[in-house]
Amino acid sequence: MDIIVCVKRVPETAEVDLAIERDEKDIVKKDLVFDINEWDNYAMEEAVRIKENIGGTVTAVTLGEEDSRETLRRCLAMGADRAMILADPALQGSDAYATALALHQAIKKERYDLILTGVQASDDGYAQVGGILAEMLGIPHVTMVTKVDIQGKLAKVRRELEGGLEEELEVELPALFTIQTGINEPRYVSIMGIRKARGKEIRELMVKDLELTEDEVGQKGSQIHLEKVFLPPVEKEAEIIQGDPSQISERLLEIIKEKGGVI
Amino acid sequence: MGDVFVLAEHLRGELREVTFEMLNKGLKMTEDVGGELYAILLGHQVSHLAEQLKGWAHKVLLVDDPQLENFNSEPYQVVLSHLIKHRRPSLILIGHTSFGMDLAPNLAVELGFPLITDCIELRWEPAGLQATRQIYGGKINAQVSARESDGYLATVRVGSFSAEQGVRLTGEIETIASPLAEEIKYKRFIQYIEAAIAEVDITQAEIIVAVGRGIGEQENIAMVQELADALGGVVACSRPIVDKKWLPKERQVGTSGKTVKPKIYIALGISGAFQHVAGIKGAGTIIAINKDPKAPIFSVADYGIVDDLFKVIPVLKEKVEALKS
Ligand SMILES: Cc1cc2nc3c(=O)[nH]c(=O)nc-3n(C[C@H](O)[C@H](O)[C@H](O)COP(=O)(O)OP(=O)(O)OC[C@H]3O[C@@H](n4cnc5c(N)ncnc54)[C@H](O)[C@@H]3O)c2cc1C
Ligand SMILES: Nc1ncnc2c1ncn2[C@@H]1O[C@H](COP(=O)(O)O)[C@@H](O)[C@H]1O
Repeated sequence: MDIIVCVKRVPETAEVDLAIERDEKDIVKKDLVFDINEWDNYAMEEAVRIKENIGGTVTAVTLGEEDSRETLRRCLAMGADRAMILADPALQGSDAYATALALHQAIKKERYDLILTGVQASDDGYAQVGGILAEMLGIPHVTMVTKVDIQGKLAKVRRELEGGLEEELEVELPALFTIQTGINEPRYVSIMGIRKARGKEIRELMVKDLELTEDEVGQKGSQIHLEKVFLPPVEKEAEIIQGDPSQISERLLEIIKEKGGVI
Repeated sequence: MGDVFVLAEHLRGELREVTFEMLNKGLKMTEDVGGELYAILLGHQVSHLAEQLKGWAHKVLLVDDPQLENFNSEPYQVVLSHLIKHRRPSLILIGHTSFGMDLAPNLAVELGFPLITDCIELRWEPAGLQATRQIYGGKINAQVSARESDGYLATVRVGSFSAEQGVRLTGEIETIASPLAEEIKYKRFIQYIEAAIAEVDITQAEIIVAVGRGIGEQENIAMVQELADALGGVVACSRPIVDKKWLPKERQVGTSGKTVKPKIYIALGISGAFQHVAGIKGAGTIIAINKDPKAPIFSVADYGIVDDLFKVIPVLKEKVEALKS
């Protein structure tokens, strides 16, 4: 089973008080910590587990700046055999469509039975790249996958619907699945492991290697253009309770009593 | 020109609320440019749903085929692209749901239309479609525009538009012969798998103390459980806590978990992603503790505390316990 996993390097923003660049085109990224997109970490783990169970190879591929090599090394340390980076400056600024097109050109020449992506990237949150890629490759896809069971040329998968309901599907391989968090427990990757992976080769592909022109990628090749980013307008302002923990707790107790808490 | 298609989403014989939200928005979008609003209903033996949609659109297009009985993006895409190529709407709205996310990207590529996903606002500009969407887990809004095209696709976030009916329309139902010639080839629906029966039913709880990734370690949940016990409530959580197996799935609040309606919902270390917040729309009072003043949870909370939860919770717990003894 030859598996290709698409991974993206994204900034960790959950706990950061984000600021916006003066040109209103992006957030201020210079002090942010970057890591593999959470969903892609689960996808990588799933690929490595399938390989460990039934044999085969795992290839990690990313489109991003040179720093994304770090994410690929992390994937190699997790158990990927090979890695490809699409870091041509012309590719920067690609939307989901242009990203998927470039990934498609890189992947179509490879051998694969299965392609895994994350459900969505935590930065732009398009939830598009997987579906577009499958359509371009002409292979079936299933999104929001929470269980994969390979049975020869078929895969039995579970996909998440809403409210805890799931569905079970049978899909012919080769296929593309977008992986949902919680499908497995991703292994811990040590700094030592990542260092060791430095020896493994990362293949670099430029726009011309992808048989594309610069007009087909980056902002020019995109379907969607970013006009500006801004902080969400505050629709409803929460009453902020201030003070030391004791004062805060007193006030909270009052509120809980007033709102019908059973005290 | 200017026609809007809204893909009706239904599951097990019922239309989902997002359908009506999109129909309301779709109607406004047609008014802006002078087109007609179409509700697109694909399914098997769903004429009762078509009747329901009549009052919400200028026209209901109905395709009935046994292969459309359970949602499957493969036959859905065949039928939809057939309808779109014939009727040439300017805009197709699909829910940003499990159903829509499985279908829209592929359909957009097949049609050659630009797709904007997870929109919370949409408008026509002279150059085409413009939308507002959220990035970075809801912390930042982005205004985006699609390249010029004859047709556009957009997926719409659940709850972004009202589902309350304004004017009642008198649409007619047009039944269209199914273009599905052959059997679905690649992807076969086997069965639905129900959520496991819950030991603790958080949907019935009056007081919920919910923990998110900000709780840090599994051991820390014990402290929150004690607080919930003292308050006579239950502990619930956001998705990452279930993904890590720190709490069972039945405790998860949100689109892929449970919808709760307690009198009081206390959110501890939860950022407030829309998939989480969608599950607490029915809560009476929402109290949030988060150390990030710009966490999106504060725009749905009634009361907010910008602080480290580990400083507040032990003190609060002590005070509740003292009050009770
Ligand atoms: C298809 C799909 C379905 C989904 N369904 C659901 C769902 O049903 N339910 C759900 O919850 N999510 C769901 N998600 C995931 C969702 O998008 C978010 O990733 C998730 O809700 C984030 O959880 P969180 O707020 O706990 O974590 P984070 O976003 O990481 O936020 C942690 C928060 O804790 C705060 N914090 C950290 N330390 C402290 C401290 N010491 N004191 C106070 N605050 C602290 C931080 O400031 C931050 O705001 C779904 C996603 C997808 C794609
Ligand atoms: N730049 C990228 N390089 C490699 N894979 C990507 C990239 N962007 C998105 N993906 C893949 O597509 C998935 C969905 O991303 P998105 O459609 O941007 O939300 C991610 O989880 C990745 O698996």
